[in-house]
Amino acid sequence: MLWQQDLPGADLVIRGARVLDPVEGIDARLEVRIDDGEIVEIAERVDTNEHRVVEADGLVLAPAFVDPHVHLRTPGREDEETVASGTAAAAAGGYCAILAMPNTDPVVDSAATLGALVESARREAAVPTGFLAAITRGQRGEELTEMGELADIGAVAFSDDGVPVASAGLMRRALQYASTTDRPLALHCEEPTLSHGGHVHEGRVAAELGFAGYPSVAESVAVERDLSLAGYEGGRVHVLHLSAAESVGALRRAREAGVAASGEATPHHLVLTDDAVRSLDPNVKMNPPLRAEQDRLALLDAVRDGTIEAVATDHAPHAAHEKEVPFEAAPFGVTGLETAFAVLYTHLVKPGLLPLETLLERMSAGPARIFGLDRPRVATGARANLVLLDLDRDWTVGEQPFRSRSGNSWLLGSTLNGTVQLTVAGGGVVHE
Amino acid sequence: MIRLVTDDLRPPTDPPRRHLLSVADLTRDDVERLLGTARTFAASLDRHVKKLPTLKGHLIVNLFYESSTRTSSSFELAAKRLSADTLNVKSTGSSVDKGESLKDTALTLGAYDPDIIVIRHPQIGAPQLVAAVTDAHVVNAGDGKHQHPTQALLDLYTLREELGALEGLHVAIVGDVLHSRVARSLLQALALVGVRATLVGPPALLPRELPAEATSDIDAIRDADVVYVLRMQNERMEPGANYVPSLREYTARWGITPERLRPGQKVMHPGPMNRGVEIDPSVADSPDSLIVKQVRSGLVVRMAVLYDVLTGGPVGVQALAAAEVA
Repeated sequence: MLWQQDLPGADLVIRGARVLDPVEGIDARLEVRIDDGEIVEIAERVDTNEHRVVEADGLVLAPAFVDPHVHLRTPGREDEETVASGTAAAAAGGYCAILAMPNTDPVVDSAATLGALVESARREAAVPTGFLAAITRGQRGEELTEMGELADIGAVAFSDDGVPVASAGLMRRALQYASTTDRPLALHCEEPTLSHGGHVHEGRVAAELGFAGYPSVAESVAVERDLSLAGYEGGRVHVLHLSAAESVGALRRAREAGVAASGEATPHHLVLTDDAVRSLDPNVKMNPPLRAEQDRLALLDAVRDGTIEAVATDHAPHAAHEKEVPFEAAPFGVTGLETAFAVLYTHLVKPGLLPLETLLERMSAGPARIFGLDRPRVATGARANLVLLDLDRDWTVGEQPFRSRSGNSWLLGSTLNGTVQLTVAGGGVVHE
Repeated sequence: MIRLVTDDLRPPTDPPRRHLLSVADLTRDDVERLLGTARTFAASLDRHVKKLPTLKGHLIVNLFYESSTRTSSSFELAAKRLSADTLNVKSTGSSVDKGESLKDTALTLGAYDPDIIVIRHPQIGAPQLVAAVTDAHVVNAGDGKHQHPTQALLDLYTLREELGALEGLHVAIVGDVLHSRVARSLLQALALVGVRATLVGPPALLPRELPAEATSDIDAIRDADVVYVLRMQNERMEPGANYVPSLREYTARWGITPERLRPGQKVMHPGPMNRGVEIDPSVADSPDSLIVKQVRSGLVVRMAVLYDVLTGGPVGVQALAAAEVA
């Protein structure tokens, strides 16, 4: 279900690193040998076999990251991102797999469009890339897509991300039909009659600045609705970009009740609150909006306890001129692939709010499990999908040009701790 | 290239540019200074020749993206009374009609080296964007539902001229607070000078979590020294918007009528009024109405603001750094 350009399999020995794979239960100073893209030996001392040796004293070697929520803007807005540029950004961010959302122009709702994307990924994807297809044709919320054929071609899941499936009846039909494809539905939960026209979380900041409010209940009533339907139909659902404490509560209760439901949170919702909007910077405008501190803390708790199994960037590139406008005129969305690990390490792990092991799991094994992808792991016989991290090195966002074609990062100018020194994805070295 | 000697006499770095973007950027001292300056200018308007040479040789651009009578006319007249050159640009009939972005329009006007750009725009933060991409001092003449700082200052000026000391006064602000930049600026300005404010209106038109007393009970206005009536915008009343069931019901429950006022209670309105909707005509025309006085205050306060951003003490530039990043 993932495609990548042909790359030579790496022949490498990584020496001196702290090898950390929370799922395999490894946390030790070990050497790792990779032959032709496959991990063949993990030991205190491995034979270099005349391979190139990467000296990694003081670094952390972990399973590379999986991002289940990326906008590659292709087809239609190749000026903002392409398969090549988006996957290069992913490689630089330490990712070995990404899933692209279907809200392109045209929407990925047909075999032809999906097939063309698969071909692009085979030609230009630096890291293994998968695609979601739409739930409804044109994401118009009226008719289901031909999910069977789309799954056969390789759609990983179905989503109308960017817009909600407004009709409860159609959502029910989607759950019923998607169950025949063994693919989850990835849900953008928003009740449009409540979010209508809103730009900013409905709270004190919106009230003071005069922004039309996008209340938490606009998300949580949709989450409640879809989880109820999923429970009733027995379907598998994944709730995208959770932002509100009430939504997190709904997800927790549904999971305890046995609903096959998962959820994700973005770095910006885990680090920022709507207070950031006081800057009027269009690079803190996203959907769902940044919410209150209590919401942020609820998300963080859920990431910690596993209610939220995945951290997803919702990497949403936008052309510079489209963000150089007043806040209300700017499109929703921020980039994130190149900064996700560093910002979460800096703001959550370093201050002791989230264990490093948990972050690594939620950025890799968690999303892989949700979407049925092979879990990146440090294990002999596994394809090499590894990231080498320098947790002691600082960098300033934007000093080096982004690999992404777009620079709408909310972190421009921020200094972060933690760099990606090396990414091996699908057995090949894709970033160094 | 010939270098003029005067170039070398300039200070090595320009002092930080000063703007008036939001009441939130002002201190109480700023407000006192501005009101004091306005009073000085008011005295000059009683003379036979009303023009002052103060800003001779300065260029002031009035860039208006929304229709406006009193704000645009008073900014233009304020500039002319201070002898500045003025350039009025309206969005209709300009390149904006051809789809030019605000950034490009600002860069174009900025190329004429204006000293001040006065901007009104339907979107929040437009003045910050203009400040970020030009070298002009920027004065916010209203941005979306966000801020209208000169309106708040002229309201304070009017209150002080008519009622004396501001501290301890109580103002009831009645109507559509949710969509009102006037209410947002005024609330901050009143807090700055120690005036108590109570918001009164239908629940859907009172923003949640605004840090102020709020009630839907119209009888609450009786405790106030001043009733500040907000404009009820027709577009909010379209069928299906459902903020209130009808204009008729709004007027019946929240309209300001003589019966709802105490004798001597002052009434203000930022204009333009919908007579017979939010305010009864007999209230608007009564001796206790300060509405025409507000307009006159608008002229002297805007003279003071134009003078102050070019010459006075520090005015904050909050949010500017972020806008520059954008």
